[in-house]
Amino acid sequence: MTETFISWGMDPNWAWGVATIAGILLIALPLMLSVAMIIYADRKIWAAIALRRGPNVVGPFGLLQSFADGLKVFLQETIIPSSANRGLFLIAPIITFTVALMAWAVIPFNSGAILADINVGLLYILAISSLGVYGVILSGWSSNSKYPFFSAMRASAQMISYEVSIGFILIGVVLFADSFNMNEIVKAQIGHGLGVVNAFGFNLLLFPLAVMFLISSLAETARAPFDLTEAESELVAGYQTEYSSMSFALFWLGEYANVLLMCALNAILFWGGWLPPVDWAPLYAVPGIIWLFAKILFFFFVFSWVKATVPRYRYDQLMRLGWKVFLPISLFWVFLISGYLMLTRYS
Amino acid sequence: MIQLIAFYLFATIVIASATMVILARNPVHSVMWLILAFFNAAGLMLLAGAEFIAMLLVIVYVGAVAVLFLFVVMMLDIDFAELRAGFVRYLPLGALVAIILAAELIFAVGAWQAGGVDLASRAAPAVTDKSNIQQIGELLYTRYIFLFEAAGIVLLVAMIGAIVLTHRQRGGVRIQNISAQNRRRPEDATRLVDPGVGQGMEL
Repeated sequence: MTETFISWGMDPNWAWGVATIAGILLIALPLMLSVAMIIYADRKIWAAIALRRGPNVVGPFGLLQSFADGLKVFLQETIIPSSANRGLFLIAPIITFTVALMAWAVIPFNSGAILADINVGLLYILAISSLGVYGVILSGWSSNSKYPFFSAMRASAQMISYEVSIGFILIGVVLFADSFNMNEIVKAQIGHGLGVVNAFGFNLLLFPLAVMFLISSLAETARAPFDLTEAESELVAGYQTEYSSMSFALFWLGEYANVLLMCALNAILFWGGWLPPVDWAPLYAVPGIIWLFAKILFFFFVFSWVKATVPRYRYDQLMRLGWKVFLPISLFWVFLISGYLMLTRYS
Repeated sequence: MIQLIAFYLFATIVIASATMVILARNPVHSVMWLILAFFNAAGLMLLAGAEFIAMLLVIVYVGAVAVLFLFVVMMLDIDFAELRAGFVRYLPLGALVAIILAAELIFAVGAWQAGGVDLASRAAPAVTDKSNIQQIGELLYTRYIFLFEAAGIVLLVAMIGAIVLTHRQRGGVRIQNISAQNRRRPEDATRLVDPGVGQGMEL
């Protein structure tokens, strides 16, 4: 985009600055809009599986429901509990929201459409997603109330546990792609499966990792069946119990932006990102961004589907799955993949 | 130009937040300032062209170490009045540490200006177009392989030590056996009986 601005007769330094800000807005604003629509989709899918109607009053088919909710929380009063730690209480939702937006900087939407095409893109995503836990811990502690605090403890333990196995899963992908750059990872998937299918997921060695990554991303975003942080029967509403109005809305937006990010990561790392599913020339005529969105929506549907059908895990089962099942398997898989690549690619 | 602005921005925030770490009254606030300092130190690393180290700094220190700090500090039952009461008692010790640190800093700067040990000629890196990760990997797995493995063994020993120290076998605890639970079928657990009138049944 910088070149376009330079061609309009702008100074290169200014052009870079303006292009970056324009890029940020081009990602953040549609993201907010899609979060609003995805909340609606989530409720509709959930309702359909439970044989209910879901939101259907505001606008045609209830499409404007999320905007009505947004307007409602915007007009509400922000209540700060008198014994809360004021500064941290207000910063916590902002951290959650900002961190959820920051990670989108390295997501490639098409072969050239990426805000920050950095060498360490995947590490950047790991780094940013490890920051997400602060919003939860801080909100839980600063609320000065016991349920949010329990929830914060659970959430942080859960996120840290699953980040470990996610790290090992990502190493498997990086070994195959031979790069940490997100665009290179996508390009490495061209014709990966039998020279025809554009996806790492069709590799027998990587498919188990894809499944584990999908489950880990459910746990990482604290979605059902791992939503113990918001287990309403035990913890009221979890870490956001004391929040109201816009600070509550920021948590919601951040949470769903994170869910979308995890769907995008699933699509990019294992299912070809902006590539068409099959390496066949006419399919490349469809813009890459549409393929990516289709894959993101598919994974979001899976997320909602799981939410509507799978009962909530018990906390010890959750920890067992993370530490005793996923961690050993993913660690073993790193050895397996390195061994396979040493035999085939580097010998 | 923008690099200069970024450098001074990051450097100022690192120093300011490091100062706030020791000035903040609430320990949780201290940890938050520490996290801000880590984060901006990572920014400084980025400016130096070490993006891999910068990301590791955020992943390891901000993502793991500081979270554990925060955990411990939040669990503490802090009495702020008591904390302040101890100030005078620990003042001499604190002053001593501060004086030693200041003396060492002055000493180090003096020695550096005198130009004593000639390290710069040995550590000059060759400029290549390889990425950060490749360069570090090539050095780590060839030239420094023994040091790397030694570091790994030290960490392994530390891990085993921590497990041995904290592991205890408690008697009388009933632990779930997940595979046994999963193997259990309805036929093993239930029995269909059809007792006649007045016969009752044995469980």
